[in-house]
Amino acid sequence: MQVPAPFEYERATSVDHALELLGRLGPEARIVAGGHSLLPMMKLRIAAPEYLIDINDLDELAYIEPSGGEVRIGALTRHRDLLDSELLAERLPMIREAEQLIADPVVRNRGTIGGALCQADPSEDLSAVCSALGARAVIRGPAHPGGERVVDMDEFHQGAYETAVGADEMLVEVRFALRDGHGSAYEKVKRRAGDWPVAAAGAAVWLDGNTIADAGLGLAGLGSDATHATRAEAALRGKPPSEEAFAEAGRIAAEDSSPASDQRGPEDYKRHLASELTQRALRRAVERALRG
Amino acid sequence: MQVNLTVNGDEVTREIEPRLLLVHFLRDELGLTGTHWGCDTSNCGTCVVLMDDEPVKSCTVLAAMAGGHAVRTVESLERDGTLDPVQQGFIEEHGLQCGFCTPGMMMTARALLDTNPNPSEAEIREAISGQICRCTGYQNIVKAIRWAAGHPLEPAGDTGS
Repeated sequence: MQVPAPFEYERATSVDHALELLGRLGPEARIVAGGHSLLPMMKLRIAAPEYLIDINDLDELAYIEPSGGEVRIGALTRHRDLLDSELLAERLPMIREAEQLIADPVVRNRGTIGGALCQADPSEDLSAVCSALGARAVIRGPAHPGGERVVDMDEFHQGAYETAVGADEMLVEVRFALRDGHGSAYEKVKRRAGDWPVAAAGAAVWLDGNTIADAGLGLAGLGSDATHATRAEAALRGKPPSEEAFAEAGRIAAEDSSPASDQRGPEDYKRHLASELTQRALRRAVERALRG
Repeated sequence: MQVNLTVNGDEVTREIEPRLLLVHFLRDELGLTGTHWGCDTSNCGTCVVLMDDEPVKSCTVLAAMAGGHAVRTVESLERDGTLDPVQQGFIEEHGLQCGFCTPGMMMTARALLDTNPNPSEAEIREAISGQICRCTGYQNIVKAIRWAAGHPLEPAGDTGS
């Protein structure tokens, strides 16, 4: 029987209350939302926080809202709501595609975007999705003017299981810019329903006529430094979409990934997937952008 | 710490350790052993119960987190000696062999039919895709849920949730 180490439990009644608890209880306190990453780690005693601060009552953090030229998603928004959102399916189609393949429907009822990003597991899909779509993370804490700071995903991700969110801070929102000419897609290979990816790739393009004005590529399961494939992205910018351009991006993505051989597959196979899935995702992203 | 919640329509208050998982709270504190405890890693789904009408894996929810919420277990399906159509469907279509996965399968089925009374086979398979049956009985589980979809709950039935 897997039992977490003892801890004290607090239930936050507001974001300010959660922050006050974090400040008062110190660095051994952890926020729990859906709990589907943290509780398994606590059951395995990989994590043993002294205090858990439950934020599940904070409905103020559960929303998907258009705001000006962007979509703002509250940190407590569940995977299920990301999957069901017609707004996201229409404007940022990669998100629904990724969500269809994350864990299983029962887990998706609990898991949240904020929890997924803060877990920062290199095999976790939403980190790749947010990197590819150029998302920005809103972090609230006591030390910032106005109480919050906004960071891009490269700053947010500090390595495997590490983020820019400090011990007295919390992730409250994720923002996605909505730009014209967009198409995106997510490709994932996994061994069975509900499993982690062997490898996955998300591709986003923003077309200006027949030119890739901007591109975004995110990878999952391919190494902790490979979540955002920036060099492959750069190779696409300014080019017309073509099989040659996709192949070149795929080649660079594979070169820059650092997968480990494990029970899900050998390193060379995963590297092959990095290239192949990047190309497949790019092909479909461009098709979508051209359909408008 | 003290936790207050509703289980199968009844108010429940208990003194618990914060680290107590909902599955063990239901089985060991309340004696509701219909909810099974399987893989302990949120993979197998035999521990699925409904929390505010949504299926959740109770091995990965703290009892403390269920405080203030309405939990429904497999014990609530039968009412006054009448089986829920989901239970009857598992009988009619031979939806179980060993029965270990059955409580979780039935609770997911109930939640599916409450929101989608006439699901397609693909929707049923998707709904139970986070749950494992090792008697290789998925075909009959799907048939059982389809049977239940064809025999809706009586409107007078209070869901108790």
